[in-house]
Amino acid sequence: MPEPLIQTVDLAKYFETPRGRLHAVDKVNLHIDRGETLGVVGESGCGKSTLGRTILRLIEPTSGKILFGGRDIIGFNRNQMNEMRKKMQIIFQDPFTSLNPRMTVSDIIAEPIRVNGTIKNKKEVQERVEYLMDMVGLAPRFINTFPHELDEGRRQRIGIARALALDPEFIVCDEPVSALDVSIQAQVLNLMMDLQESMNLTYMFVTHNMSVVKHISQRIMVMYLGQSIETASTDELFENPLHPYTKALLDAILIPSVRYRKQLKILEGEVSSPIEPKPGCRFADRCPLATEACRECDFPLREIEKGHYVACRLYE
Amino acid sequence: MKKTEKGMAASQGRFQKKSEWRVILKRFCRNRLAVFGIIVFTIIVLLVIFADFYMDYDADALTMHIELQYASPSPEHIFGADRLGRDYFARVIYGGRVSLSIGLLTVSLALLIGGSIGAVAAYFGGALDNILMRIMDIFLAIPSTLMALAIIATMGSSSVGTLVMALGVVQTPRMARIVRSAVFGVKDADYIEAARACGTKNARIILRHIIPNAMGPILVQATQTMSRVILIIAGLSFIGLGIAEPTPEWGSMLSVVKTQMRYYPHLAIAPGVVMGLTVLSITLIGDGLRDAMDPRLRN
Amino acid sequence: MPEKLLDIKNLRVVYKTDNDLIYAVNGVDLSLEKGEVLGLVGETGAGKSTIALSIMKLLPAKVGSITDGSITFDNKNLIDASEADMRAIRGNDISMIFSDPMSSLNPLLTVGDQIAEVIEMHEFDLSSGEIRKKVDDMLELVGIPHSRKHEYPHQFSGGMRQRIVIAMALACNPRLILADEPTTALDVTIQAQVLKTMNELKEKMDTAMILITHDLGVVAQMCDTVAIVYAGEIIEYGTAEMIFEGKDHHPYTVGLFNSIPDIKSKARRLSPIDGLMPDPAQLPKGCRFAERCRYCRDVCREKEPGTHIFDDGHMIKCFLFERKEAIGRR
Repeated sequence: MPEPLIQTVDLAKYFETPRGRLHAVDKVNLHIDRGETLGVVGESGCGKSTLGRTILRLIEPTSGKILFGGRDIIGFNRNQMNEMRKKMQIIFQDPFTSLNPRMTVSDIIAEPIRVNGTIKNKKEVQERVEYLMDMVGLAPRFINTFPHELDEGRRQRIGIARALALDPEFIVCDEPVSALDVSIQAQVLNLMMDLQESMNLTYMFVTHNMSVVKHISQRIMVMYLGQSIETASTDELFENPLHPYTKALLDAILIPSVRYRKQLKILEGEVSSPIEPKPGCRFADRCPLATEACRECDFPLREIEKGHYVACRLYE
Repeated sequence: MKKTEKGMAASQGRFQKKSEWRVILKRFCRNRLAVFGIIVFTIIVLLVIFADFYMDYDADALTMHIELQYASPSPEHIFGADRLGRDYFARVIYGGRVSLSIGLLTVSLALLIGGSIGAVAAYFGGALDNILMRIMDIFLAIPSTLMALAIIATMGSSSVGTLVMALGVVQTPRMARIVRSAVFGVKDADYIEAARACGTKNARIILRHIIPNAMGPILVQATQTMSRVILIIAGLSFIGLGIAEPTPEWGSMLSVVKTQMRYYPHLAIAPGVVMGLTVLSITLIGDGLRDAMDPRLRN
Repeated sequence: MPEKLLDIKNLRVVYKTDNDLIYAVNGVDLSLEKGEVLGLVGETGAGKSTIALSIMKLLPAKVGSITDGSITFDNKNLIDASEADMRAIRGNDISMIFSDPMSSLNPLLTVGDQIAEVIEMHEFDLSSGEIRKKVDDMLELVGIPHSRKHEYPHQFSGGMRQRIVIAMALACNPRLILADEPTTALDVTIQAQVLKTMNELKEKMDTAMILITHDLGVVAQMCDTVAIVYAGEIIEYGTAEMIFEGKDHHPYTVGLFNSIPDIKSKARRLSPIDGLMPDPAQLPKGCRFAERCRYCRDVCREKEPGTHIFDDGHMIKCFLFERKEAIGRR
C-alpha cells in the first residue's frame, strides 16, 4: 500500500469571533497518496479553503497533526518550515488578486526562486522562468508584461508557473478554475492534469463544482460546516452516494442536456452558522431523513465499504 | 495555441522590458491638470532653487532701499517693493525657499515615523495595532495648529528645526492612519499569501509586495500634507510664531502688509497667489500620480 | 403567428475608450415571444450583457452607444424613446436581475421598504395599505416569510438575497425580465432553489425572460430557445432541443460543449477550443471564429459568413452550412 504523502489527524481550526467560536475546520482526518488528486467539495463557508491553507500552515491550526511524508510539520520551526514550503504550494481562485499587479510576469515567477535562493545565477533564473513559462503554455513574448495586460486564463497560468517554480510535491488548488470561462477552464484543467502526470504532483483540489471535481479527482471528500462527512473514490461517490447531503449535491448538478431536464429536487433551508454549532449532525436541520437521534450525538466517519467513509446515523 | 503563440513571438520579436516608470509617466502626461501642476511647480521650484544665481539674498531681499518704498510692479521689480523698499519678487522667492524646505522636511519626517507606525500596525495587527492606533487617536484629538503651537512654545525658539519638529509630530498620526488603511487594503490579497507560501520574510513582503501597491493613497496623502504644512507655516508666521522678520516667509509677509493692503494690494496678491499656486500645483500632481500609478486603471 | 414581444434588428453597439473603439455588439437579430425564455450563452466579453443593457438603454453614458439597428418592444421603438419614457418602461415593463444581489440592494433600507419603493415608483394609484399587502405577497411568492420584511439585506443569506432581488424585479408584473447571470454567485443547492423559484414564477405570471449565462446546465434546465453569442454576434440560434440535441452546430458551439467536463462520461481529457476570443477592438475580417476553428478555410478569413436558416428555424452562421448540402457532424 502506498505511503500517503499528506495526512491529517483530527486537524482543527477554530476562529474566535465576537459571537463565539467559529468551527472552520473541525477535526478533519484525511490522507492523500503521492501522485493522487483528492477533490474537496462543499458549499461556500464549509471550511474547504481554510482546510487547504491550514494544511500549508498559512493559517496556524488550533489542534491536530499535519503529516507530510510521515513527519508532523506542526512542530517545525521557521527554518524547517521554510525548507518544507518549497515542497508544498498553492494555486488561487482569483487570477486578479493572486498576482502582484506591480510585478512583471518574469518577476512573479522568479520571486519564489529569489526568495529561497535555489538558483543564484541571474541568467539561470531567467532560463528557469522561461522553462516554466513554456511548461504552462505561456508564450515567451509575455515575459515582461504585467498581469493586468493579460486575460484571466493566462493569468491563471502565471499562478501555476509560480507554484511550480520550486519543484513542489504537493499543491493545494483552491478553486483554480472557478473564475474562468468554460473553454479557458478546460484548457487549464488539461494543463493541470498534464503537469501532474509529468511531475508526479499530488493535488488537493478544492472546488464547489461537481463536474470539475469528478473530472480531475481520483478520490473526493465532501465537507459540510467544517466536517468531513463523506469520502470515497470518485466513481464510488457518484454511483453510490450515501450521505443525504452528498445526494443533494449530486441532485443539484444541472446537466447540459434537455433530456435531463428535470423537476429540480430542492434541498430546503440554508447552511447554518459554523459559530458554536450544536452537537449532533450539522446537516440535521436540512436533512429530509433527520430524526431526533441525529441531533443527540456526533457521528464519526465510518468505513461502510472499502475506502468509502460516511458520517451519518443511517449507516451506524 | 502554443504553436501559434510561438509563431507570433518569432514574428514580433522579443518584447522589450517596459519600464514601469515610463508607463506611469506616459499616463501621467495624458492628464492635463497634472501636467499643468507639474509645470507650475517646476517653475516655482527652479526659481527657488536657483534664486542665488540671479539675485542676491542680502542685497535684494534684506537690504533697505528707501527710494523704492512701495514701488509698484515694474519691469525691474516685477512684484514691486515693500515698505522698506526691498524687492518684493526676491522676498517672495526666498520666502518660498523657507516654506518649501520646511514642507518637504516635515513630509519626510511624517512619512518616516507615521509610515512605519501605520505599516507595522496594519501588517502585524492585533494588540500592537490597537495600542499604536489609540496613541495616534489621542494625538489626532488635539487640534493640529494648537498642538504645533504648544510644541513650539515648549521648544522656545521658532527656528526651521523647531518648526519641522512641531509640524512633523502633528502630521504623523494622520499619515499613520492613511498608511495603515492603505496597507490593510492590500495585505490580505492572495499574492501576499502566495509570497508567504514560498517562505518570504516579513520585511521583504512589506517592502516588495505591500508598499508598492499601497503607494497610491500614501502619495496623495504626502502631497496633501505638503500643501497643508505650507499653509500652516504661513498661518503660524502670520500670527508671529513661525518665521519672523526680516527673514522672508509668505505668511509673515502677508501679516506685515495687512494694514497696507488697501493702498498697495500687490503686496498681498504676490505672496498670496504664489502660495496658492504652489499648494494647488502640489495637489494636482498628487492626484495625477495616484491615477497614473494605478496599474488597473487603463486609458 | 404569436405576437412578438421584443424584436431586435441588426443591433450594433460600440464602446469608446481613449485609445480604441470596442465593437461589443455587431449586428444582432433577436426576437422573443410572450412568455418565452431565451438563453443568451457565451463567454466573458462576448457582448451578452451589452445586449441586455442596450434593451434597457442603460449603456454607460458617453462611453457606450448604439450605432445601428432597432429595438422594438411591444411595438414601441426603444431606440428613439426618451429617457423619461425609458424610466417608465424600466421596472414596469422590463426589469433586470444582476448576478450580485448585494450590489442591487441598498444596505441601509429594509427589504420591505425597497420592494415598496419599486411598487410606489410605478403604480401611483395604490394606497399605502395596498402597497404593504403587495410587498407581503411578493416576498411570499419567492418563498420568504413576510414577517422578515423589516430586516436588512445583510441579515439574509446569498440565496435569499437573490430571491429578494427577484421579488423586486417582479413587483410590477413586468412582461420581460433580463436576468444577467442570476445564479452564478450562488452555491449549487441554493442555485437549484432560485432556479425553481424562477421557473414557478414564470409559469404563474407568463413573463418572458432573457437569461444571460455561461452555464449550459442552467440553460438546459430553464430555456425554450437559445442564442450562442461570440464576439458580439449570434452564431447559432434555435430551440433548446436543436441546440442540445440537434445534429448540426456551429464549430464554436461544439467546442463550448466539449469544454464542459461531462458528468456522464469518463473521458480523462477535455477537448476545448484553443486560443481566445478576438480582441473586440480589432475584430478580424471574415468569420470571427476563424482563428480558432478547425474547419477554417480560406474563404472564412476573407468573407463574413452569412446566416443559414434551416427549415425548422435553426440558425447557424457558418460557411459549413451556407451551401445546401449541410454537413452533419458530431
